[in-house]
Amino acid sequence: MDYSQFLNMQAELSLLAVIVILFVADLFMCPDGKNGKGVYNTCLPVVLLTVHTLLNLCPLCHEAGEAFGGMYQHTPMMSIVKSILSIGTVITFLMAHKWLSREENLVKQGEFYLITLFTLLGMYFMISSGHFLMFFIGLETASIPMAATVAFDKNRYESAEASAKFILLALFSAALLLFGISLIYGVTGTLYFDGIGQAVSNCEGFNPVMLLGMLLFITGMGFKISLVPFHLWTADTYQGAPTVVTGYLSVISKGSAAFVLFTVLIKAFGAEGLVQAWDQAFLWIIIASITIANLFAIRQNNLKRFMAFSAISQAGYLVLGLMDGTAQGMTSLVFYLLVYMVANLGAFAVITVVEENTGGITIDSYNGLYKSNPKLSFLMTLCLFSLAGIPPFAGFFSKFFIFMAAFNAGWHWLVLIALINTVISLYYYLLIVKAMYIIPNDNPLPGFKVDCYSRTALFLCVAGVVFLGICGIAYNFIDGFAYGLDNVAKCCMDAVDCCCSQSCH
Amino acid sequence: MSYTLFILLLPLISFLLIGIVDLDIPKTGKVWSHKVAGLIGTASLGIVTILSYTTAYQYFFCTPRLSDGTLPTLVPYNTTWLPLGDLHFDLGILLDPISVMMLIVISTVSLMVHIYSFGYMHGERGFQRYYAYLSLFTMSMLGLVVATNIFQMYLFWELVGVSSYLLIGFYYTTAPAIAASKKAFIVTRFADMFFLVGILIFGYYTQSFNFSFAGTVEYADNVAHFIPCNPETALVKNAAMTVLPISLVLMFIGGAGKSAMFPLHIWLPDAMEGPTPVSALIHAATMVVAGVFQIARMFPIWIEYAPQSLSIVVWVGAFTAFYAAAVACAQSDIKRVLAFSTISQIAFMMVALGVCLPGHGEHLNHSGLGYMASMFHLFTHAMFKACLFLGAGCIIHAVHSNEMALMGGLRKYMPITHWTFLISCLAIAGIPFFSGFSSKDEIVTACFQYSPWCGAWMTMVAAMTAFYMFRLYYGIFWGTENKEAHAHHTPHEAPWTMTLPLVVLSVITVGTGVVTTLGGFLHWEWASFGSIVSASGIPYTVHFDPVVASVSTVVAVCSILLATWIYKDEKQPIADKMYAAAPRLHRWAYKRFYMDEVYQFVTHRIIFARVSRPIAWFDRHVIDGFFDFLAWGTHKTSALIKGFQSGSVQTYAFWFFLGTLLLLLIMLF
Repeated sequence: MDYSQFLNMQAELSLLAVIVILFVADLFMCPDGKNGKGVYNTCLPVVLLTVHTLLNLCPLCHEAGEAFGGMYQHTPMMSIVKSILSIGTVITFLMAHKWLSREENLVKQGEFYLITLFTLLGMYFMISSGHFLMFFIGLETASIPMAATVAFDKNRYESAEASAKFILLALFSAALLLFGISLIYGVTGTLYFDGIGQAVSNCEGFNPVMLLGMLLFITGMGFKISLVPFHLWTADTYQGAPTVVTGYLSVISKGSAAFVLFTVLIKAFGAEGLVQAWDQAFLWIIIASITIANLFAIRQNNLKRFMAFSAISQAGYLVLGLMDGTAQGMTSLVFYLLVYMVANLGAFAVITVVEENTGGITIDSYNGLYKSNPKLSFLMTLCLFSLAGIPPFAGFFSKFFIFMAAFNAGWHWLVLIALINTVISLYYYLLIVKAMYIIPNDNPLPGFKVDCYSRTALFLCVAGVVFLGICGIAYNFIDGFAYGLDNVAKCCMDAVDCCCSQSCH
Repeated sequence: MSYTLFILLLPLISFLLIGIVDLDIPKTGKVWSHKVAGLIGTASLGIVTILSYTTAYQYFFCTPRLSDGTLPTLVPYNTTWLPLGDLHFDLGILLDPISVMMLIVISTVSLMVHIYSFGYMHGERGFQRYYAYLSLFTMSMLGLVVATNIFQMYLFWELVGVSSYLLIGFYYTTAPAIAASKKAFIVTRFADMFFLVGILIFGYYTQSFNFSFAGTVEYADNVAHFIPCNPETALVKNAAMTVLPISLVLMFIGGAGKSAMFPLHIWLPDAMEGPTPVSALIHAATMVVAGVFQIARMFPIWIEYAPQSLSIVVWVGAFTAFYAAAVACAQSDIKRVLAFSTISQIAFMMVALGVCLPGHGEHLNHSGLGYMASMFHLFTHAMFKACLFLGAGCIIHAVHSNEMALMGGLRKYMPITHWTFLISCLAIAGIPFFSGFSSKDEIVTACFQYSPWCGAWMTMVAAMTAFYMFRLYYGIFWGTENKEAHAHHTPHEAPWTMTLPLVVLSVITVGTGVVTTLGGFLHWEWASFGSIVSASGIPYTVHFDPVVASVSTVVAVCSILLATWIYKDEKQPIADKMYAAAPRLHRWAYKRFYMDEVYQFVTHRIIFARVSRPIAWFDRHVIDGFFDFLAWGTHKTSALIKGFQSGSVQTYAFWFFLGTLLLLLIMLF
């Protein structure tokens, strides 16, 4: 056996190393929180994960490769997405410091980092999978520990309820997904993505069973990305889960699933007839996601619930990049993911610090926040502007690219509907800005000093929001590694040609 | 030459630093903290100036020329900022003779203004804000001239407009400053709209925003791609000639707005409400010549695809030159006189660009004289007009008024200001051995080559220039002294921070003048401006046309003598008689031929009353109503579907399943 293929799994192996170190280190931590142990506890995972991210970004891993006979795939684009996810996790850990320093959480600090990193590891494997079994293992590794983090405040009734809802519906969607995978296996006789792609393009005619299998795969991913109509768990879970976990769920978990959806659809279901079919399905899913989520978001007063609906509609925009199926679509999707991550985590960072310091979690309680906490209000405004897509912040450009990708692919009406929905989303994002700046309030939430961890998280997010907007370098960088349907189609053609010439001889 | 990037970055950094950080350091005391902002701005500008001069030295003297004798176009830095499929917006730095020359002009004048402002703005509220704006302006202007593509130029063009708006409205507590800043912004924005449309047409048809002049044929090919035509070369060019002139003329309208060409000039005189150093930097030396620069930048395309349309530039320029000179003869506010003089001089540059037709008649060897003359005049004008404005600033500083009536006889009190002002007046009048002579003479020569009428017309305007400048000079430094005003406040010379820039600028003026005048007469090749900047890029020496040179000198001297005769003495019987003979003409000229009133009438009576009001009604009732309905509908729908989110897991699973089935149906059929 050639062990050099393990080098391709650098990202996963180094993350596993981080997990092991943390696991051992946790044994020696004093749980009583005296003598500044809490600081040490947050520092270690953040530093380790940062090192891991930097390792991931180094040029060594910018070469494509595979391991275990194609079960595990590696491309530069995947390593970029993994880096984005791990940066998001670093920000989440920074945000979590204050929450984990609560008395009841001090004992469990180490668990939080470990469980979260396990979900991240699962996502890594999911992203890099080249085979449906690998994909499914990754998916479940990501989602079962996730339920544990949702229930992290287990003494709080809402947290437990959220977790129960999450795990039940996750099971339901996993069952459907498995059923879909078995149907696909029945039709094609293989579970390799490439093999399925070739089998589908070779077989003639239109197979409804294949279609059903694909649809069930889409529903499984739709659940993870929380697209309408698979989104109903989102609001309850987001509201009940600890705020930090909500931030993590809304960005990292969602983002990884969206990327995997894109790559698997392209690799396995990129054949002529199937593309039209999933285009049709996504057309309705996107319209429903964006519109229904926006309509719900207007009515919310609880900020976490509000962010849940905002996240659903953002997921709709994210998947819009899929409609193109080209390299441009992939670039715009990944760029959207990156920009959405910094803006959303920035907003969640503000929500977390406000909640931890004052307990305010409703939009009403933010009335007049500007007077007591001008800097926080300003940062929140920047993040919301970016989420709404106001130039010159990053959100404008990411929306612009994704709309352009869809428009170029000929989805003019869809882009128009998405644009109209942008206006609605602007309305509800501005509701918060209005609460903070305009609505008069004699007793706003008291002013407080933000701890340095949250400060770092906020700084990272806002820097991202501002600089990703002004500098197009990030987009160009991602664009260099993107691939889409056109490339895959070309590869398939080559493979078919190869087969033909062989059979001729 | 990647260090050129710092020419843009340093002013940007100092803008952010001065603009955002509170420099009022409590321990250092009021006097010191007051100056920190200015010192930071000036220091960064000093480095930028050094870098610009280094760039110029390296570019003009160390870069090997191409085989055909042209200087190469260098792009030390370029990056794609916003990709749009095949089209993309780039940001970068492009070095060619005119952009390097502009680097010199902008950094020199800006540095002088930074130093000068220490004295002029001393003790002013918002000193820090002032220097932040200056840095922003300098950064934008430098970015404009080194743009690698028309879109980057537009980006910085607007930034320049914003900083101009901010600086005109610097004294934002006074009503005229607010009105002036709004007027400047609205008028230039109105013109910029045409510029943008021109850019978009250009980009759409040529599939490129980049300035790639070596391959103007490429533009034609791309345009031909859009307009179906026979792929023969002649026809390809025809296709380009149907589209490109339109976009170029639209761009020219944008340039005319920035450069205050008639009838878009109305903002510039009012812009004098800003601090005087700002007028010197923005509204005399740098920003207002952006329009000229834009035409010079697009010139290869003009000459290739729209040579006929250049006559529009000539007509607009020639009329503006005359109009502004006529108005300048009657103004009493010294900054207004200088403002109209600026308009008139920029019009000279415009005319020079317009009359530049290579291969015109038998003057084949003079091809591109106008282009060179225009750029040369841009350079010399920037120096002496900045000097004049800064001198005017010293005078206003001393007298506390802009009105000529309160001045007179100031030469005794302010010797340095007096001499530098005189030198600049001689330069702008076109007296030999001063820089304005060489450049203006070349413009007039180019005009005579284009058509004798044009040449005669511009000579007349040059005569008027000499007249009104010396009317101004005598009105300030000689003439009737307002003893009453000077009695309880004796005017005094300005501090060294203010006089030093005056001296530097007038030394440049005299130096350039002596070298180029001698060089022109004695045929020194190295002393000719054309050896570094010319239309085709191939250096050539200018030989003064002795007839034109002597005629324009005689005319200028005569005008000066006339002004001396009328305005030098304490009693001015001739001026009074002239006024009595044609009071209406004087009144018209004083009121700028009622152009502002015409604008007021058109905008208020016609556009606001007849067009805007009905549209406003439609907007308020129909469109607003429609959107209110939409918002109402959205809220209602939102209330209608709230049951969807019931909170029970069974329902969620049910919807999940139902959704899957529905999607299957959609996919199957």
